[in-house]
Amino acid sequence: MESVILQIAARHMRPILIVLSLVVLYRGHNEPGGGFIGGLMLGAAFILYAMAFGVSKTQKSISFSPVTMTALGLLIALLSGVPALFSGSPFMTGEWITLFQHTVVELKLGTPLLFDVGVYLTVAGMLMLVMFSIMED
Amino acid sequence: MILVLPIMLPLLFMVALIFTRRWLAFQQVFSLIASFALTFLSALLLAEVSRKGIMTLQLGGWPAPYGITLVVDLLSAIMLTTTSFVALVVMIYSPGFIDKERQTAGYYPLVFGLLMGVNGAFITGDIFNMYVWYEVMLTSSFVLIALGGSAEQLRGSVKYVTISFVASIFFVSAIGIMYGQAGTLNMADLAYKMRSWEEMPYMNSALMLFFIAFSIKAALFPFFFWLPASYHTPPVAITALFAGTLTKVGIYTMMRFYSLFVVEDVMFWKIFLLVIAGLTMTVGVLMAASQFDIRKILSFHIISQVGYMVMGLVIFTPQAVAAAIYFTVHNMLSKTGTFLAGGLVYQRSGSYDLKYLGGLYKSMPFLALLFFVPAMSLAGIPPLPGFFGKLFLVKGGFAAGDYLITGVAIAVGLFTLFSMVKIWNEAYWKSEPENMPAPSRVSNLTLAASSLLVLAVILLGVFVGPVMKITHEAAVQLTDPLIYIQAVLGKQ
Repeated sequence: MESVILQIAARHMRPILIVLSLVVLYRGHNEPGGGFIGGLMLGAAFILYAMAFGVSKTQKSISFSPVTMTALGLLIALLSGVPALFSGSPFMTGEWITLFQHTVVELKLGTPLLFDVGVYLTVAGMLMLVMFSIMED
Repeated sequence: MILVLPIMLPLLFMVALIFTRRWLAFQQVFSLIASFALTFLSALLLAEVSRKGIMTLQLGGWPAPYGITLVVDLLSAIMLTTTSFVALVVMIYSPGFIDKERQTAGYYPLVFGLLMGVNGAFITGDIFNMYVWYEVMLTSSFVLIALGGSAEQLRGSVKYVTISFVASIFFVSAIGIMYGQAGTLNMADLAYKMRSWEEMPYMNSALMLFFIAFSIKAALFPFFFWLPASYHTPPVAITALFAGTLTKVGIYTMMRFYSLFVVEDVMFWKIFLLVIAGLTMTVGVLMAASQFDIRKILSFHIISQVGYMVMGLVIFTPQAVAAAIYFTVHNMLSKTGTFLAGGLVYQRSGSYDLKYLGGLYKSMPFLALLFFVPAMSLAGIPPLPGFFGKLFLVKGGFAAGDYLITGVAIAVGLFTLFSMVKIWNEAYWKSEPENMPAPSRVSNLTLAASSLLVLAVILLGVFVGPVMKITHEAAVQLTDPLIYIQAVLGKQ
């Protein structure tokens, strides 16, 4: 099944979906979004590409395997609990640093975001792993 | 801090093993070291808890009824230690037994995924969190049971997956009802509210749903049928791991729930569970008697033995509960031991079927010994731990005046002896059948693993005094739930 329309769409949609998934991931702490839904979008970006070009070509276009991505996500989620230990709080306590402060805008980064990044990678990796093995044949 | 390690270390090990999935030799050595580290850690935790009393940790700094609490009391610590020891033995056993394809297909990471779930279920203090750990454990076990994908395995795993889903549905429905009634899922908080509130309707319905969910996992009568239909299909090392850890999580949860949540209608629950326990023991042992596959006989015995644990639990005197905990530990070791010995037989003779086996005592007396010890322990022959476990259970039963169930327990013991002697006679004692294939070599690692476990079984029998002292303390904590509630909530 080779469709030119789908291929052109997929080629252009993939970067957009990836950027969008990052936006959703970042805003997730206080607004709708988060690691899970962002991960689904990231996975969807590659699955769309695989539907247009086939699994093997998609896997060649990305330099990592979905399994590694899942493991990396798990590792990051695990590590996000560690910074709390240095300040003597229980494991998984949220720790925040303020990067930029102004009267109007304020930019904060914290371990919950790191945890979300872990979820993001795990979900996307798992989704790709499952879909690629179903689509392969 | 030490309290998160039983969950976090397996996760870390699993991730490390996924990254190194191409290097089999590394995976074998690493999992060995990792499971040794886990065993060491759990033993440390056990020592710590028996010195200081119940330990708690409020994850993320959220105080008790709002956040997730990790709680380790003596029962949890005992279960953690036994589980990780069983896992250690299986990790020694696996490289020499499981074929290369399965080993490289993710066997090692999955085992640690399973351990993470099992450990999580042992130490969590929150019902929903426990559900999540159950799922972690089950997901790993689904893949492990189907790993390799032979036709027989897939048949078994379909049954296993389906019934597990059904159990999960019951589990979640019960959680929903409880949350709707009490507004909390923290186990200590819930137990506290059930004791202090005048009225809490539908609690018995929720408990009944919980009972169904856990009795499916623990393979109690009448929900045991999935176990003999699926447990014999994967390589026996995986079955041994399941027998030693998975079904016992169901029992652990039942102990915890019975101690915390059975507040109303205690008499009903006691009689109901005693009847279930008696039927579980009897049906399991009778069905085992009619089997000829070693793995099937042993699978049916898992069921029968679970009945003893429930019996000790519901008599609910410190003496009986202590005996039940001791019995659980003994069972985890001995059961795994018999499965591993069955695997050795298979490695040697290429079959699990008693009709095609024989003469193993003459050709390999040491291998026979490795089966004989845990099997006789299961049958309850002194001075092995199974004898002491049953003795204390029977003593506890008589002391509490529950004569009928105690009588059943003694009778079932005789039948267990019959099955074990049957395996012994057929596989080891009788002369070699004529068309038996040439014996193949048994790997040294599997022999070493089996020997280690047999040694542990013997030691458990030798040091019955000190071990019973610890389980007795655990039972005291369990029979007085206020200790647990106070440790978590920090109030009266």
